Amino acid sequence: MTVRDRVASHAIQLLVVAVFFAAWVAITQAHAVNLLLLPALPAVGASLAKLVGTTVFWNAVGVTAWTTAIAYAISVAFGIAAGFFIGRSRVLTAALEPVISGVFAIPIVLFFPMIVIIFGIGPPSKIVFGAIYGFFPIALNTIAALSTVDPLFLRSARSLGASDAQVFRHVYLPGALPVIVTGLRVGFFICFASVLGGETLSSASGVGHQIARQGELMNSAPMYAWIVIVLGATVLLNLVLGAMAGRVRQA
Amino acid sequence: MFAKPEVRIRIVALAGLLIAWELCARFIFAPALFAPPSRVVAAWWPTVGQDPKVAHALIVALLEILAAFVLAVVVGIAAGVAIGINNFGRITLFPFVLLLWGLPQVVFLPLVILIFGIGPPSRIAFGFTHAVLPVIVNTVAGMRNVNPLYLEHARATGASRMQILRHVIFPNMVATVFTGLRLAMTLTLLGVILAELFVSTNGIGNYTQMFADTFKPASLLALVLTLAAMAVALNELVRLVESRFTRWRQG
Repeated sequence: MTVRDRVASHAIQLLVVAVFFAAWVAITQAHAVNLLLLPALPAVGASLAKLVGTTVFWNAVGVTAWTTAIAYAISVAFGIAAGFFIGRSRVLTAALEPVISGVFAIPIVLFFPMIVIIFGIGPPSKIVFGAIYGFFPIALNTIAALSTVDPLFLRSARSLGASDAQVFRHVYLPGALPVIVTGLRVGFFICFASVLGGETLSSASGVGHQIARQGELMNSAPMYAWIVIVLGATVLLNLVLGAMAGRVRQA
Repeated sequence: MFAKPEVRIRIVALAGLLIAWELCARFIFAPALFAPPSRVVAAWWPTVGQDPKVAHALIVALLEILAAFVLAVVVGIAAGVAIGINNFGRITLFPFVLLLWGLPQVVFLPLVILIFGIGPPSRIAFGFTHAVLPVIVNTVAGMRNVNPLYLEHARATGASRMQILRHVIFPNMVATVFTGLRLAMTLTLLGVILAELFVSTNGIGNYTQMFADTFKPASLLALVLTLAAMAVALNELVRLVESRFTRWRQG
C-alpha cells in the first residue's frame, strides 16, 4: 500500500466517524428517535463533564478497577500454573485441553447467580466470576504455547545438564512467551468484561452497576456518558497492553 | 480398561472434580447456598422435567438462540463478503469491525433492553450483536487467504468476477468461516443468556432469580446445568455440520 493509499484510507475512516456523529446530531435534532433511547450529543457531553468531578464516579471506577485487578491476578496465577502443568505433558494436553476449551465454549455466565448466592452481592462475587472467565484464555494459550516449543531444544538443554528451573527459564519461557502474552492480553479483556457484566447483572457498586442503574431510571444521557467512559477506557487499555505485548515479544 | 491413556486421565479428572464438588457442597458450604451433584440430580425432575413453565422458558431460550444465530450468520456472511471483496472495504471499513469486536458489549445491555423491551426481541438482538462480529471477521479473513495462484489461473482461463467468487473464493472460505461460526455460537449463547439473566419476566432469568432468592441451590443448578448441556449440544451441532462441509478437504 502506497503512502497515498494510506492517507486516503485514513481520510475515509475520519469521514465515516464524522458521518456517524453527524447522523447522531441530525437524528436527535429532528426528533426522529425518542430522546430516551438516543440522547442529544451535547447532553451526553454535559453529563460526562459533570460526572467526572463527582465522588460517585471515582468510587465506581475505583471499585471496578480493584475488582478487575484482583480477578485478573488470580486468573493469571491459576491460568499460567495450570497451563504449564498440562502443557508440559503431551498426554495431559491430549486429555485435558479439550475439556478446558469445551467448558470455555459454554456460557459460564449461567453460573453467575450461583456465585452471587455464595459470595454475596459485593465485589467478591465479581472477582470470582472475572477470575473464572479470565482463567480459560490464559490457560489455553499457555498450553498451546508450550506445544510450540521445539522438543529438540528441550532435549539438548537436558543433555547439557539443565535443571527443571533452567529449562523453564531458558527454553520454555522464551519459546512460548509470544503466545502466552497473547493469552494474557485476551484474558485481561475477558476478565474486565466479565467484571463489568457481573456488576451489570447484580451488584451495588462499580461502573457496570451505574450503567444498569441509569438505564433502569431511564436517565439516558448519564447512561451514555458511562458507556462512553468504558469504551474510552477499553481503547486506551488496548493501546497500552498492545504496546506492552509488543515490547515483550521483541525482548 | 483398554481406553487410551488420555481418555482415562480425562475420566479420572472429571470424576475427581465431581467428587470434590460433592464433598465441598456437603461439608464446606451451607446447604442453603450450594448443592452437591446428588441433590442436583434429585432436583432435576421436579424443577425442570415436570414444570411446564420452566420447560417452556427453556424452549423459548432455545428459539431465541437459534434466531439470533441464524440472523448473525446470514447478515455476517453478507457483510463479510461486501467488506472483503475489495481493498476499500478491507483497508478502510474492516478496522471498524475489529474495533467493535474489541469492546465489552455488556455495557450496552441496559440500552438494548431500553430499545427492545424485556421480551425475546432484546435477547435475540443481544445474541445477534455478539455473534455477528466473529462471522464478519472470519468471512473477510477467509476471502483473503485464497491462494493467489488459483485466482490468477481462474482469471487467465477467462472466469468472470461472479465465477471466481462462486468457484474459487467461496470453496476456499469454508474452513475459516466455520471457525467464525463456532465462535458465533458460543457468543450467541453468551449474549442471549446475559440478556435473559439481566431482566426477564417469564424466561430463564426469572427462574434463576426465583431459585436464588428462595435459597434453592439444587433447583438453580439443575436448571443451569440443563442450559449448559443445551449449550454443549449446540456447539457440537455446529462442529458436526462443519466436519460434514469440510470433509472434502481431507479426502
